[in-house]
Amino acid sequence: MRTVLHMLRKEFLQIFRNKGMLPIIFVAPIVQLLVLVHAADFEVRNVRLMVNDMDGSPTSRALIDRFGASERFQVTVTHCCFEKGMAALDAGATDAFLRIPVGFEQDLRRSMHGSLMLDLNGVDGQFASLVLLYSRSIIGNEQVDLMQRLHGLRDAPKPPVDAIPRFWYNLGMDYKNLMVPGLLAVLVTLVGMFLSSMNIVREKEIGTIEQINVTPIRKWQFILGKLLPFWFISLFLLAIGLALGKLFFHIPIEGSVLLLFAFAGVYLWVTLGMGLFISTVSDTQQQSMFLSWFFLVIFVLLSGLFTPIENMPHWAQVITWFDPVSYFVQVIRLVLLKGSSAMDIARHFGIVVLYAAAINGLAVMNYRKRA
Amino acid sequence: MSDAAIHARGLTKRFGDFTAVDHIDLDVRPGEIFGFLGANGAGKTTAIKMFIGLLKPTEGEASVAGFDVYRKSASIRRHIGYMSQRFSLYNDLTVLENIRFYGGVYGLRRKELEQRGDEMIAHLGLEQHKDTRLSELPLGWKQKLAFSVALIHDPRIVFLDEPTGGVDPITRRQFWEMIYAAADRGITVFVTTHYMDEAEYCHRVSIMVDGVMAACATPEELKRQFSAASMDEVFYQLARAGQRTE
Repeated sequence: MRTVLHMLRKEFLQIFRNKGMLPIIFVAPIVQLLVLVHAADFEVRNVRLMVNDMDGSPTSRALIDRFGASERFQVTVTHCCFEKGMAALDAGATDAFLRIPVGFEQDLRRSMHGSLMLDLNGVDGQFASLVLLYSRSIIGNEQVDLMQRLHGLRDAPKPPVDAIPRFWYNLGMDYKNLMVPGLLAVLVTLVGMFLSSMNIVREKEIGTIEQINVTPIRKWQFILGKLLPFWFISLFLLAIGLALGKLFFHIPIEGSVLLLFAFAGVYLWVTLGMGLFISTVSDTQQQSMFLSWFFLVIFVLLSGLFTPIENMPHWAQVITWFDPVSYFVQVIRLVLLKGSSAMDIARHFGIVVLYAAAINGLAVMNYRKRA
Repeated sequence: MSDAAIHARGLTKRFGDFTAVDHIDLDVRPGEIFGFLGANGAGKTTAIKMFIGLLKPTEGEASVAGFDVYRKSASIRRHIGYMSQRFSLYNDLTVLENIRFYGGVYGLRRKELEQRGDEMIAHLGLEQHKDTRLSELPLGWKQKLAFSVALIHDPRIVFLDEPTGGVDPITRRQFWEMIYAAADRGITVFVTTHYMDEAEYCHRVSIMVDGVMAACATPEELKRQFSAASMDEVFYQLARAGQRTE
């Protein structure tokens, strides 16, 4: 154990002396957290809308006014021919193009049914579906008024079935409450995996690992001495990140912070084990960085941070079972937003423990073989 | 098993089809300064790595400090010092921090560590630089420090792989004085070098050519045997026959 302490002292001395690395460890993740949360804003505002009002009736004008009054839409042109509208959509000058056909009002009056044509820029599917959702809700509201006006009804007819939504665990549907914990999970993962692998490979690069290997120091002591500092640093970053999230984004902390740290403490051995494994198959820091990057991109995209896992095709969902980051993203959201207890996340705990044991076992085996 | 400090019989290392070290026999006596010579690629470093436990031999027997290299590599490590071709201390740590780290790894207690560290720093004349990072020290000083650190735990044998590569003649001289001082304390010194004047300083030398031990005797005997005026000529006659080049 004393040997491990000697290792730890040396590692901390070196980490805090490395002027190039310190900002990457401490400043970059915090800046990323504060900035990326805004970059990952899924709310849609100021959608540019072009309209071709071929009907020119009071009804069509009222509908356009309603779009214009919404903070989500910005009606740029009201009378725009088809070619111009489509050209604008092609050129990216508008996000949506609404066409109101001739006789729209008449149709409504006669058959209580009218059609509108909405062209959307579908390059970003998520954006387009949100625009569609907003458009539908605006048109739906207008419908109620329309019925009143056209048919002289005093009370607006209510649709036969109406679902009243309440978004539990995130009442205001605030995306920040979802993103801050998720991003935090990813950033902590990143630091653990990148830095631990690079740190070990650095000893290979400068040749000191050979000297270490002829001393009585045991492999497990060396590995523990290398990984523990990044375990502490990652947990420290998690604490800082939570505090900043609370301070700047007012994220809710419903569950036990202790439980979250207990889970993170176990989970980090998965990322550190990956770092160790990568270091055993890399000879240079560049190699280890490329490998870490390769795994991290896959892990992060499949983690459910940006796109809900439930929306992925089944085969992709199966892959996410093997994505450690997805468990941490889920747990941090469950504990912070839903206030889940240890029992609720027992399954996640079990999987992460297995994962940590497997990856570290593999890494240590590989390390022995090669060094 | 013999009471030799380093003992090898038919020691061989193959990498695929390539035989880096081919059945070498060797007996280094305790307290001896043994020069291990050979051209680049002759297999010196591979042989050393087998002795210190960094490589497993393909066949043959070998023991270091009386411990079998196959089964007792952990015991060997406690009794040997090693200084590799590449500088192996930490450039981003100070003189004192390097001494403390390696001393600690060898299990020295705090008191011992402090005493040993002070002695070493005084002996090397580094009092004013004990808190200087190694990256700021000249190579010669660093090599002398690396040698001292390799001896911090009073090993029975020290392996030096081209310790004087790239240092100036004055420092080389001082370095050899340190080697003699270590030998006087009873430490066996196993040293590789490309400088033939250094070979003359050794009690005995061996010359490896293409993985085979081509000669092993005192410098005087070798010069007589090859009717050469200097070790330089001996080495040239033997190494010229070699096929391997880098």
